[in-house]
Amino acid sequence: MGTKVKKMLFILSKATIENAYAAFVMANGARMEGIESEIFFTFFGLEAIQKKKLEHLHVATVGNPGMHIPTMLGGLPGMEALATKMMKKEMEKLDMPEIGEFLEILSDSGCKLWACKLAVDMFHLKREDLIDELDGILTIGDFYSRADQDGCQLLFI
Amino acid sequence: MDLNIAGIRLDVTEDGYLTDVSQWSKEIGQEIAKNEGIEMTDRHWEVISWLQEQVKNDVALSIRGIKKSGVIDIKEFYALFPKGPLKVSTKIAGVPKPKSCI
Repeated sequence: MGTKVKKMLFILSKATIENAYAAFVMANGARMEGIESEIFFTFFGLEAIQKKKLEHLHVATVGNPGMHIPTMLGGLPGMEALATKMMKKEMEKLDMPEIGEFLEILSDSGCKLWACKLAVDMFHLKREDLIDELDGILTIGDFYSRADQDGCQLLFI
Repeated sequence: MDLNIAGIRLDVTEDGYLTDVSQWSKEIGQEIAKNEGIEMTDRHWEVISWLQEQVKNDVALSIRGIKKSGVIDIKEFYALFPKGPLKVSTKIAGVPKPKSCI
């Protein structure tokens, strides 16, 4: 028994709710298996850790063939909000926490949460714009140095 | 699979979970904990009793459920059962391995 994976490092670069959940479920799943995990939020991924934005992430209805909505319709006003509402309802049925609560769970579980310095500067964000649970603001070099043992895996989402 | 604990033969799954909850006793829990490298304290047993209660009431176990439990918070849960808290604690409690991904 036991796994050879010792640490999972995730880079979340997108602001769509499905990508944020993918990163969160995998990072939490790692902790639940006794594997270390960390998430580095960069570019639009930063939306998931901005206090004012994190509860307003949307599912992408344009350019997302998995939604089975014609692209022209997917672009209509309100479509993303509607699709997101429907998806959130399904997730609640599965007892999936909302983004804010999920971040608390991850932090309490010992998953490290980092913001990308370059992206923070680019979007003119301040530390106080970001969630309290954040462990710090790092350069990508700092983040690589977190892969400090055998059995580390890095995943870009 | 069989497992011999305290002179009792137990039926367990491939990854070591009791298949018959009624075979469980505190001594058996203690032995499973020892195999998992955990020194049980009163606090550990409190959590184990709570988990058994939940399973008895058909509540699906998840880390979110721990957060809402009012018995223990997630940080302490990880501190008590460090290497995969829900997996390890349920094994000690003699209840089935949780199927939730969250």
